[in-house]
This record gives sequence, structure tokens and C-alpha cells, in this order.
Amino acid sequence: MIPELAQLALALALALALVTSGYGLWRIHRRAHTAEALSRSLAGSSVLVFGLVLAAFAALVTSFVRSDFSVLNVAENSNRLLPLPYKIAASWGSHEGSLLLWTLMLAGWTAAVGVLSGRLAAGFRARVLGILLLLQTAFLAFMLGSSNPFNRLLPAAVEGRDLNPLLQDPIMVSHPPLLYMGYVGFAVSFAFAVAALLEGRLDPTWARWSRPWANAAWSFLTVGILLGSWWAYTVLGWGGWWFWDPVENASLLPWLAGTALIHSLAVTDKRDALKSWTVLLAMITFALSLLGTFLVRSGVLTSVHAFAADPKRGILILALLVVVIGFSFALYAARTHRVGLGGAFSWRSRESMLLVNNVLMVAALSAVLLGTLYPLIIEVLTGNKMSVGPPYFDAVFAPLLLPAVWLMAIAPYSQWKSMPLASAGKALLGPLLAALLVTSTTIWQFGKPSLLLVLGLAAAVTLAYATLAQAREQLAKLGRAGAAPLMVRIRQLGFSYWGMVVAHLGIAVFVTGVTLVKTYEIERDLVMAPGQTETLGEWRLTFVGVDTVPGPNYQAGHGVFELTRGSGKTITLIEPEKRRFLASGQVITQAAIEAGFLGDVYVSLGEPINEGNRSVGPAQQAWSVRMYLKPFINWIWWGCVLMAGGGVLTLFDRRYRKLRPSAASAAPAQ
Amino acid sequence: MLNKARRTRLAWIVALLLAVTATVYSVLRVFNDNLVLFYTATQLKESPPSAKRYRLGGMVEPGSLSRTDDGLSIRFRVTDQKTALTVTYTGITPDLFKEGKGVVAQGRLQEGVFVADEILAKHDENYMPPKLDR
Repeated sequence: MIPELAQLALALALALALVTSGYGLWRIHRRAHTAEALSRSLAGSSVLVFGLVLAAFAALVTSFVRSDFSVLNVAENSNRLLPLPYKIAASWGSHEGSLLLWTLMLAGWTAAVGVLSGRLAAGFRARVLGILLLLQTAFLAFMLGSSNPFNRLLPAAVEGRDLNPLLQDPIMVSHPPLLYMGYVGFAVSFAFAVAALLEGRLDPTWARWSRPWANAAWSFLTVGILLGSWWAYTVLGWGGWWFWDPVENASLLPWLAGTALIHSLAVTDKRDALKSWTVLLAMITFALSLLGTFLVRSGVLTSVHAFAADPKRGILILALLVVVIGFSFALYAARTHRVGLGGAFSWRSRESMLLVNNVLMVAALSAVLLGTLYPLIIEVLTGNKMSVGPPYFDAVFAPLLLPAVWLMAIAPYSQWKSMPLASAGKALLGPLLAALLVTSTTIWQFGKPSLLLVLGLAAAVTLAYATLAQAREQLAKLGRAGAAPLMVRIRQLGFSYWGMVVAHLGIAVFVTGVTLVKTYEIERDLVMAPGQTETLGEWRLTFVGVDTVPGPNYQAGHGVFELTRGSGKTITLIEPEKRRFLASGQVITQAAIEAGFLGDVYVSLGEPINEGNRSVGPAQQAWSVRMYLKPFINWIWWGCVLMAGGGVLTLFDRRYRKLRPSAASAAPAQ
Repeated sequence: MLNKARRTRLAWIVALLLAVTATVYSVLRVFNDNLVLFYTATQLKESPPSAKRYRLGGMVEPGSLSRTDDGLSIRFRVTDQKTALTVTYTGITPDLFKEGKGVVAQGRLQEGVFVADEILAKHDENYMPPKLDR
């Protein structure tokens, strides 16, 4: 009964979204006099649609928790033995479920816009909500038409097929929702941009309204990507954190575009410049979010054959993608002259620096897009299979984005409109000296000099130092002016400013982590017999043995190692596992990581060696073992956390809350 | 006659165009160098490619997997049901690597043996062995 009610809720949501968005956009287009009432009823409708989709989602989770194997989706992706958290996570483990999650997120963002946009000009608000509801209509129709998560399986299965064991991981429970929050969040800036184009008017208020939404979406996306990367590090047993896999690239593309967008929005907000470009970026970012969803969820990446196996779905998503992108870009082409380019600025200005940032982001984006899509296109056209090796991405990515890190160091010293170069240069003297000191000390101590090490580490140190020094200078300046207590002065600078500082520090931490891991990581594949000790760097690892330990829904080959540092007396137990899942028989490797501030020791089990040999008892069984040293790898994760935290901080800025309806038309220059 | 401001601007535009061209050119070169083509065992036997690295895909022939004495090196045969090719690899194989299952190995042919420097198993959600029924 519950699945049928959920379907009913989805159908109602579809009808409601279709009718209200269609009617609303049409009335607004005809310039009906009821804009105020219309925007209010659209806001009400968006909340109602959210309620209906939420109910459907809750119903799906209920079916999973109750292991209702008469629902096809549950039978294919769950199992009675599955621990409860993973039963819940299995709700979005399949194509159908993840699509419902996508739609739920979209409905949630729309409802949030509906509730929080009361101060927007009524006509604009109605257009934004109408566009968001129209998007929901498309996704609801697609879901009900081709990927219904509530399809019945009659007669019901006795036991479910189980959730993919790779996804049975605490990190994987939270990765998809956060990632989707990010993807879908960019729908809001997309809707703002399209609504502005429809109105043919873009003023700084539009950008100011978009900024917190874009920042929030960007923060979610950052954390989502971080969790995916962390998961790959701990579960795949490879010790890598980024593989340039098309699935990963699919999430990186909207992130790069989103990064460009939030900076471009700043220019449009503060200076009323780069308007056309900002609108275009908002569209590109959402288009790439859709492309990411398409690539990951259509099965096109699995292989082109899987695409052909269920052509309806893939082609429908592709059609949706083409319609959304085609429509918005056509609108852009038709209306952009009305928007205008916005204010002019000198090449020595903060605007031009942010523009260069945008250009670099888009260049990196294009390079990743080329490497991700080219093999797919060639395979579709010629049937030849090929792939683009990670060396390509490594070779292209660092040279394109490291300049952005250097520019970021100067950024806080730059001024809007025009600035003298000499003062910025003087301010960088200290940071550059610090960078020289840190980099040369590192090379002197640990060796392995390389261009990547020098440029990467120096850029990170310069960026961190310059950003902090500038913040200190700002506080001191305020102190001289009014000598208010520190906390007051911190608040005076505004949350936007501190968000920028924290996010840029995050980049510095991240770049440090990447550079040091790439340079100093040590990876060794070993064969170890019980009792054997191996040394790697200053670490000593002794293999105790492997025994069998039952898990909730798997049997684990449970390895025990003793880890000591140098001649130290503290023994840390390292316990990597090989888990064989009972339902599917699939084996996965769970690495054991001794995480530290300065780096991780990473141990994972390979295979038992010469298993068939009877002369060797289980107690003497040798195993192949990976032992990796990953210096500063934690800094990669913490860097991402800081970036996302910076994005969240900006949301509390007072500027975003002080918008009056009159401001929407008056366009104050600030 | 160009005045000074216009000449400066022209110089800037030319410099910018050169920089963009150089960037695009070097990106495309790196791209071209890192295109890894994919072959079946039959294709490799018939016409060995000249590239530095390429991929061999197929099924690990049941019963063909053996370990050498050092414990880390393995030797197995990859088949596309018509031709089988011997592959050697040193290192730990991914979980999804099994006899009778699909595999993608990256490396190159050396004297009739495919010496792999990488055995691929991506997240299994997006990794599938190539269809063998072609």
C-alpha cells in the first residue's frame, strides 16, 4: 500500500508542479497584474510539491527499512542481513532511488527559495520559482515515466540481491546526498540567471541574491567530492585519492564552473561588471551538473553497450539535457545584448584578476571535459575503445591551476576598479620570503626537488601567509580607527570576508597536501609471513597473522599488524580486512589507516600466497600486503573542509539579509 | 599610422593570442600522448600497435593463473574466446580480478608476452569488462 501512496504523491507533485509553473510563467509573461499574488501562490506550490516528494521519499526509505521485497527496487538493492544504516542508504543506491533523491533535493531547494525569497520583486520571484518548478516537472515526469522507484515485483522475492558491498561504508552513506545537494543547488543560480534573462534586466541585486545560494551549493559540492575521494582512499584498497575516473571528473566539472561562478558573481554584485559572463557561467554550471548526472546515472560510462541495453533512460536524460541547455543558451543568445557587459575596469584591478581566475578555471574545465568526453564520443562514433591516461590530467591540471593559486595570494591586496601595482608587490615581499624559506628547508631536509614541489609548496605558503597577513592588517587598521575590542572588529569585517579568508586558507592547505603526497609518498607491495617485520621510512610493520572474524553480513579475513615508529616502544595495532559479503560473494578490501597530522601509514591486505600449498599451515600463511606512507594526505581532506567551511561562513553575511524589495529595482551601487 | 596606445593594445592582443595558441597546442599534445587505445587479444596478435602503452581487455582464462616464486608476480592468459595472450604482472591485483572474470591490463607486448604495469579495476559501478560476444 505504501508504494502506491508514494506513487500517488509523486503523480500529484508532478501535476501540481506542471500546472503552477506553466500557469505562473505564462501569466507573468503576459504581464498580468497579479504578480504579487502569483509569486505567493508559486511559493506555496513549491512548498507543497516538496512535501509530496518528501512523503514519497520517506515511503521509499520505509520500504527499504522493512525489506519489502515486493518492490523491485528494494529486491534489487537490499537484503535482510544489511545493517540498518545501509538499508536506508540503499534507498539512493540505485538509479531509480538516486533520481528520487535528486528530485527531492530540487524540491527542497525550490521550497527554500520559495520561503526565503519574500523580499524579491514579485515578478522576478514568480519567474524564478516557475523555472524551478518547471525543472521539477521534467524530472518527476522522467522518473515516473522511465525510472519509477516503486515498481512492484510480483510475486515478491524471498530475499533481496543486496546493496553493492563497495557502497556499504559510512562515508558512502553521506556522499551521494551531499553531492546531489551541490549539483542541484546550482539549479537555483541557474533559475535566477534565466529569470533575469527573461526579464531582460540584470542588476547587482540579482547577483547579490544568487551569491549565498551559489556559495551554499558550492560548499555542499566540495564536501560531496571530498567524501567520494576519501571513500576511494579507504575502501578501494589502492591508497589513491583521485583517479581521474570519468565519474570523478563528472563531479569536478561543475565544481570548477561553480568556483568560477561564485567569483564572477562577486564582481557582478560589487561592481555591476562581467554581467553576461556571470549569466553564462550560471548556465554552464548547472548544465555540467546535469551532464554529471547523465554520465554517472545513464550507464553511459559503464560502457556504450550498457547504454544500448536501456536506451530509453539514457536518451531521455540526454534529451532533458539538450532541452535545458539548448533553451537556456538560445535565450542567452537572444537576450544577452539587453543585459549588457556592465561596468568597465582597468586591467590592474580586482575585477581583472577575478576574470583571469575565471579564465583559468574554464581552461582547466575544458581540459577535463576533453579528457572525459572525447573517448565516449569516439566510441559512439567509431566503436573504438580508448581512454585518456591520468598523466594527461596531471600534466594539464597543475600548470593551469597553480597560477590561480598565486593570483589568490595577491587577491586580498587588490582593489576594485584600478590599483597601483607597487603596493601589492610590496605586500607580497614577506610571504615570498617565507615561501622561499619553507620550500628550501623542505628540499634540504627531505630531498626530491621538482618543479611541482617548488611551485606548489611555494604557492601554498605564499597564499596562506599573504591571506593571514592581510587579515591582520585589516584588523589593525580598524583598531587604529576606533580601537574597538577584537571580536567587534572581526565582526565589522563581515562574514563574507572571513569566508574568503578561510576558503583560501583551505586551498593553501589542500595544495600543500597534494604537493607533499605527490612528492614524498612511498608505496611498496610486500609479501609477508607471520612474524616478519618490514621497514618503510621510519616505520616498522610486523605481521601477526590473519584470522576469520564474522561481520554483520560478511566474513572478514581480519589481518593484524603491529606498527612501531623508529625505535619507539608504542605499538599500534593495524587491522586491515578482506571482507567477503554473504549475499553476493563479492570481496572488498578495507584498508587500515594510522592517520596522523603529518601523514598516514596505510596498510591493506592483498592475497594469501600459495594458498594451495598443504605444507604451510594457516598460522604460517604468507600474504601480499600493501604498505604505503602518505605524508600530509590529511591536509587534502582538511583543505576541502576549510574551503566548504568558508563557503558556509559567507552565508551569514549581513549584506545578504538586508535586501529590501525596493532594492530590486533601484540597483544601488556599493 | 598607428598611434602609441593602439600599438600597445595590438601588442597585447598578439601576445594573448600567442599564449592561448601555445597553451592549446601543448594541452593537445599531452592529450595525444596519453590516449590509451584498447585492444582485444586477437587484435594484438594480428597487428601489434607501436604505441608506448595500450590496454588489453578480455577474460582471464580459467586455470591459467599462476604465481611465480617471489609471490608478487603473476602470469595469466587473457582470452577473447578466439585468441589467448599471456600476461605478466608484478604487484597486488584488485579485488575484482579473478579467473573467468573480465580484466583490463595496461602495458605493452614484449616478445609475444603482454607485460602489464597496471591491472585495472575501477569502482565496480562504472567498470565492466568489454563485451566478449562481438
